[in-house]
Amino acid sequence: MVPLNWYLTVAALLFALGLYGALARRNAIAVLMGIELMLNAANLNLVAFWRYGEQVMALTGQVFAILIIALAAAEAAVGLALIIAVYRDRRTVDVEELDLLQG
Amino acid sequence: MLSQYLFILLFTAMALVVPVMAIMMGHLLGPRHPDPVKNAVYESGMETIGDTWVQFRAQYYLIALIFVVFDVEAVFLFPIALAYKDVNALGAGAAIFFILLLLVGLLYDWRKGALEWQ
Amino acid sequence: MPTLPVPTFTQVVFVLIAAFTVISGLGVVVARNLFHSALLLAATFFGVAGLYVMLEAEFLAVTQILIYVGAVATLITFAIMLTRGAMHGETNPLNRQWGKAALFAFLFLVGLLGYLGGIPWPAPFQAIQADEGLIARLGEQLVTRYMVSLEVMGLLLMVALVGAILLARDDKP
Repeated sequence: MVPLNWYLTVAALLFALGLYGALARRNAIAVLMGIELMLNAANLNLVAFWRYGEQVMALTGQVFAILIIALAAAEAAVGLALIIAVYRDRRTVDVEELDLLQG
Repeated sequence: MLSQYLFILLFTAMALVVPVMAIMMGHLLGPRHPDPVKNAVYESGMETIGDTWVQFRAQYYLIALIFVVFDVEAVFLFPIALAYKDVNALGAGAAIFFILLLLVGLLYDWRKGALEWQ
Repeated sequence: MPTLPVPTFTQVVFVLIAAFTVISGLGVVVARNLFHSALLLAATFFGVAGLYVMLEAEFLAVTQILIYVGAVATLITFAIMLTRGAMHGETNPLNRQWGKAALFAFLFLVGLLGYLGGIPWPAPFQAIQADEGLIARLGEQLVTRYMVSLEVMGLLLMVALVGAILLARDDKP
């Protein structure tokens, strides 16, 4: 039997890695990859809590997880489309060079 | 329940071990006589010109994008289709409305010409 | 000296899958080549799918592979191919504040793990009957209890379809 703690630890590790990736990268696509890692960690938590919860047959955690997966797919599609649009306009995907709003 | 996956685990292990063994055996037992012609990037062919990483066209991305959205739609429709016998008229209407919503998006892309290959 | 408890087979499999997932995740954020990052990201998604199987959420595992590995990873690879050459040689550099980011993420992790360790998690872990038809039940819930969520998700996907095409299209011929 695997304790619930182990799943939560793996999710925490994935979330911290995603956080670092989203904060420390200069390429906008790499930042998006960090965000995807964080979403996966959150999803893992939801499913683990569903499995170890009181009402397994209510399936709440699974429904939430599927909705979040669909949301992540839509987010990735629009986010990458934005990055491509910015690249076409400014010829860069470096988030440090995109400082048009800086006074 | 979970022990049913033991077979998949064994299968995965075998699928990894057998090719690795085959490659290792060839590496260990095969004779080797390297010469410049054999070590060429593309033996008995032309050397490639320019960078391998050419700029791809955005058209590929548009097709992939439409694919992603309908992939997600299929994931939602699959469990509803399995529960078909237990779904009442309102539920079936909800599923149909879900499909119609995505159809509107597809029609928009079609009208805008995103599906045509330029 | 207290003897360590002998790990069960399930625990060994869990540790292997978890290690694979976390190491691939580490590779995503440390790889210098953006393309390697994308491939390792797909590996991480596979590992998370394995963890879903361990949690007996088979449908989610298939969904994870279908959407994340099959679609999102492909989309990211396409985006990398479309925008390459933008980073002047080095495809995946760190920014100026990466040290601070690493410190922040590490402190966050330590805080989270300390918090996790302090709570005695209850673990009833009820068995799931295999003949219950879990996926059909999921579908029934989607069109009854979560009907509004389903429609909102349809609306969101429709807007994503319209908006993303509008953004990514090259209007100049």
